Amino acid sequence: MNKREMTLTINGKAYARAVEPRVSLLDFLRDDLGLSGTHVGCEHGVCGACSILFDSVPIRACLMLAVQADGHDITTVEGLCDEDGAPGVLQEAFQDAHGMQCGYCTPGMLISAQALLAQNDDPGLEEIKEAIGGNLCRCTGYVQIIESIQLAARRLREAGQ
Amino acid sequence: MNQDPGRNLHYVSTKRRVREDKRFITGQGKFVQDVTLPQTKHAAVLPSPYPRARILSIDTTAAEALDGVHMVLTGEQLAVDCNPIRLGLKLPEVKWYPLAVEMTRYAGEWVAIVVAEDAYIAEDALELIEVDYEPLAAVVDPEQAFAETNILVHPGHGSNVLYHGHFLWGDVDGDFAAADDSLTFRARWGRSSTVPIETFGALAHWDEGTEILDIWASIQMPNFVELLASTLGYPLNNIRLHQDVDVGGSYGVKRGIKQSVLVAYLSRKLRVPVRLIEDRLVNMAGGDAHGPDRIFDTDVAFTNDGIIKSLQIRALDDAGAYPGRAPFQLAKPISAIVGPYTINSVKYEAISVATNKTGQVPVRGFGQAPTNYMIEAAVDAVARHLGLDRLEVRRRNLIPSDAFPYQIPSGSNYDSGDYHMVLQKALDLADYDELVQRRDKARTEGRLAGIGIATCLEPGGGNNIFEYLMDPTAEITTFMEACEVKVDPQGKITGMMGTTTSGQGHETLFATILGEELEFDPDEIRIVHADSLSALPTRSPVASRMAIMLGGAATGAAGKIKDRALAIAAFNLAIALEDLEYSGGTISDRNDPSRKLTWAEICFISYRAYHKLPPGMEPGFHAQFVFQVPGGGQLPDAQNRVQIYPCFSFQAHIPYVEIDPGTGRVSVLDYAIAHDCGTVINPDIVRGMVIGGLAHGIGAALYEKFTYDNEGQFLSATFADYLMPSVHEIPDVRDVEHCTPSPLTSHGQKGSGEGGYLGAPAAIASAVNDALHPLGLSISELPMRMSKIEALINNGSK
Amino acid sequence: MREIGGEVKAAKFDYILARSIEEAVQSLEKGGGEAVIIAGGQTLMPLLAMRLARPATVIDINGITALSGIEAGEHEVVIKACTRQAMALASPLVQTHLPLLAKAIARVGHQQTRNRGTVGGSLAHADPASEIPLAALAMDARISLRSVAGVRQVALTDYFLGPMMTARADDELMLSVHFSRQPSQARIGTGFHEVSERRGDFAVVAAAAQVQLDANGVCTTAALAVGGVDGVPRRINGLEAQLLGSRIDQDSIRATLPEIANAITPGDDQHASAAYRRRVAGVLAERALLEAIAEAAQ
Repeated sequence: MNKREMTLTINGKAYARAVEPRVSLLDFLRDDLGLSGTHVGCEHGVCGACSILFDSVPIRACLMLAVQADGHDITTVEGLCDEDGAPGVLQEAFQDAHGMQCGYCTPGMLISAQALLAQNDDPGLEEIKEAIGGNLCRCTGYVQIIESIQLAARRLREAGQ
Repeated sequence: MNQDPGRNLHYVSTKRRVREDKRFITGQGKFVQDVTLPQTKHAAVLPSPYPRARILSIDTTAAEALDGVHMVLTGEQLAVDCNPIRLGLKLPEVKWYPLAVEMTRYAGEWVAIVVAEDAYIAEDALELIEVDYEPLAAVVDPEQAFAETNILVHPGHGSNVLYHGHFLWGDVDGDFAAADDSLTFRARWGRSSTVPIETFGALAHWDEGTEILDIWASIQMPNFVELLASTLGYPLNNIRLHQDVDVGGSYGVKRGIKQSVLVAYLSRKLRVPVRLIEDRLVNMAGGDAHGPDRIFDTDVAFTNDGIIKSLQIRALDDAGAYPGRAPFQLAKPISAIVGPYTINSVKYEAISVATNKTGQVPVRGFGQAPTNYMIEAAVDAVARHLGLDRLEVRRRNLIPSDAFPYQIPSGSNYDSGDYHMVLQKALDLADYDELVQRRDKARTEGRLAGIGIATCLEPGGGNNIFEYLMDPTAEITTFMEACEVKVDPQGKITGMMGTTTSGQGHETLFATILGEELEFDPDEIRIVHADSLSALPTRSPVASRMAIMLGGAATGAAGKIKDRALAIAAFNLAIALEDLEYSGGTISDRNDPSRKLTWAEICFISYRAYHKLPPGMEPGFHAQFVFQVPGGGQLPDAQNRVQIYPCFSFQAHIPYVEIDPGTGRVSVLDYAIAHDCGTVINPDIVRGMVIGGLAHGIGAALYEKFTYDNEGQFLSATFADYLMPSVHEIPDVRDVEHCTPSPLTSHGQKGSGEGGYLGAPAAIASAVNDALHPLGLSISELPMRMSKIEALINNGSK
Repeated sequence: MREIGGEVKAAKFDYILARSIEEAVQSLEKGGGEAVIIAGGQTLMPLLAMRLARPATVIDINGITALSGIEAGEHEVVIKACTRQAMALASPLVQTHLPLLAKAIARVGHQQTRNRGTVGGSLAHADPASEIPLAALAMDARISLRSVAGVRQVALTDYFLGPMMTARADDELMLSVHFSRQPSQARIGTGFHEVSERRGDFAVVAAAAQVQLDANGVCTTAALAVGGVDGVPRRINGLEAQLLGSRIDQDSIRATLPEIANAITPGDDQHASAAYRRRVAGVLAERALLEAIAEAAQ
């Protein structure tokens, strides 16, 4: 098996692993590293359940080879908590506004929302929709997800004042 | 068992966090794919590319020889050791095996399974399996299948008709003869499903030491363990289903029998855990999770004032090659066959046919959503025919609020409701008059614009007596839910429920009710999911039933806990029960509150001080309750009338759409919905069901279809072809609740799990047809894809 | 016979992380037609996963910094092939000088897609319904291709040969896309319209238009390209010719629309019939042209 050595940073921690080139980044995160918070929905780049931050921007982990992450910086849902492991503002807002039901699309939603709020703590409705337009949800109908993001944004603004 | 309506509720109906959310926001949900056991092997399945073919031979030698492959299994090999999977109806010649035996009956049917070190190697091995097929002509169209005598999906069955039943309630012929007018129409509900983002998966581990099969699955299914046992030929108590697995959405469809049989069988053979996680393509084509695919031909009899007197309905449903429990989706809607209307009589002909397509499975509403679509189409058709306002026709036909409980011709009593009020609330929320102006203004600007109106029922509570309606040998009148509540020596409360959850917030529901009844903060109450060996009886979270049934069981168990505590207090304080006051676990003398027992003292007595227990009381502090569905327990009468589900939630939908006449694309620009599910246990959960269901409904109305070509080739295996709504396709929904409590349930709650799905397709269809009305056009088939609408508008051929 | 497949895990392949353009080109040549380039992977990865693509070697060019970037010269704006779509969309150079391309990129997939997908990758893949090839075709872009034999430029009008088939040989690496730079005082307007069931899907039909008006409002250049209506995106030269030299309005546009039907051979699929595509091509072309005219007239 032609495994390839790689090193990368995930949620602030450095990893060194050898992986077969054909393995997707999604499978690598879940199966090799046990980071099961990133979910498998379609494996062909539509549902967004596998969204992670790659060098701070959201991408679909199913559409990248693990070896392509060599030397890069990844954040998964597990990394959205603060240093003490406490949920961040966004995660608290998702709880307060019940922005999920089954929880399966939630990690991807959080990643997309996190990236949005990192750029813009006062997003309009269209901007929120652009941010999560590539994350499918079958449970909520999106309204409570949007409300969660709006609540998080408001709290971030208030905290920033 | 209903509570005093004047009672002050502390936790029920109050906004509280849904406790399940806590684990999801940190990525700590435990979905089946997250369950890890050492040495687990991975399975992958080989699908057939043909809609119908004879299997001449399967050569697995090369696949077996691949490094990392542990086993390759074919249908022929498996059939030696397993029985066909039991279907809902008794159809002995319709044999459903987990892997095809001798013939494949739909494109995507599983033909072989590989077990390997990892999923990559398993898929490498799939490519090395050589199957020699003899392709045969397939039957794809359900009407053709109905009439067909040559191409039989299951030749031994003699035809493709799985079920053909006739029901007659009331004097239909008389009502039609006496009516001023009648009309006929066809409505077509396209083959779609609720397609969760998580596919089905199962992990099995046969432990030879204990002879227990442990199984973890993404499951939502009554009878699951029984079906597994009967297929494998195991005693039921050899199987332990772990029900603390988070299910990533199900909405009815995760039945997973063949998948679970396969991993169980393979695990026992290989003596290691085996897991099968469906990949998306395999799931779409071969997961046997398609929904109703139904043609309604309906005659409506009515007066010149638009009062609908009678319906004659013929429903033909395409159940695919292996129907499972799907035909029952024709019978459950008998529970609300007249919708929320005072229709006098109904003739109902229900037909389920087999075709060479993926098998059908129960989908959210179990047939009620298509039926509501048809009923609302009937009402709109009557209105159009008479030139009456659709709202006015509904107002004239809706069951009035003083008529409850109201018995419909097929025997169910609607427990409570105020349909006119809820409709008015929807209209107010929609700002209806202004919406009409907006629509009319758009029309003057050359745009196609329409308002939809739908008023629909969501039967809730469950009761499979509809099985008996289709199969009189199935005398099944029990439809229960149970729970156990324990108070530990420290006084902390734990509730044990006996089934799985897929996003409905059952843990929160259960804790809230226990907290309410026992007067403790629900956040201090732990809820666990028992496995199938330790669980009390359950019928699983189907049928919009858990608030009603788990709520009832929880209330019952809490009552027993309270009774125990009161008995201990009465004995120790030496006063009569009626002189005792229970408050937050402390029990005091009503006449002298200084005389009391605290909760801690009661717990201590229960566990440690036998001499202080009333004579005859067992030590410990726990209670079980098995709650039979209200109104259930009877068989239908000679006219096939029976109470099916106990409770009836009601919803009124007012969407606003515009259609681009150049492209046919429908945009849903506004949506108001009013909803009445009786007492709301948790407002955020209910709201999520209403809006989430509504989104599912928009998908079914506009985008979603499992498409087959004329030969039976499956064309919708990916998410690029099967289109589910993103946030862009769902409008900003405004919702309002109304509450007509049910007199039948613990807190007046009704079902809400099916939510907006039961009315949204009807509402969107109503809106699209309103938009097309000025052109003299209409569409009566779902999904209403843009290419269909454009062709209709521009009069081109398809 | 379309395979349902049972696969979403890629078959085995060798992987080369190219550190330079030379290394990439050498590897392609050595690959003998069995080597493919991976850039953003947004189209290649699903093909690999479903085993519809089974290369022996995958050459990763994401590490070649020389392949990323946008430059504006006096007469040209050059986008290096491995430039992320999101970067191109956000680029003031693209917004200012290549507005039609900006409009097209905004319609590509979703933010996750654009964060990783590349401008060159979209052109290399050449899906007949994709947005970037359509806009680039309307803009008369040229592609720079390099092999061991050297560099050549291909006009996009000669580049698309069939569905997912282009003039790029198996051993050629796309270096860059070249757009003409218009004088800043030019009255140029653009329009991009597409239709799909859902926002962010591949277009079922799309139209890209760019027109230039003189001081009197007379059309001096016109480009119209239609996508999703054939095996390749199509320039409608006959229509363009009719627009030149006159003042264009809705009526004059409508008079030219029959040219579209002559120039395209749409297909049927489960999403839309050929007839639908033919009719809607005209509808979207009109809208794109009207948008372009309105912009140019400002």
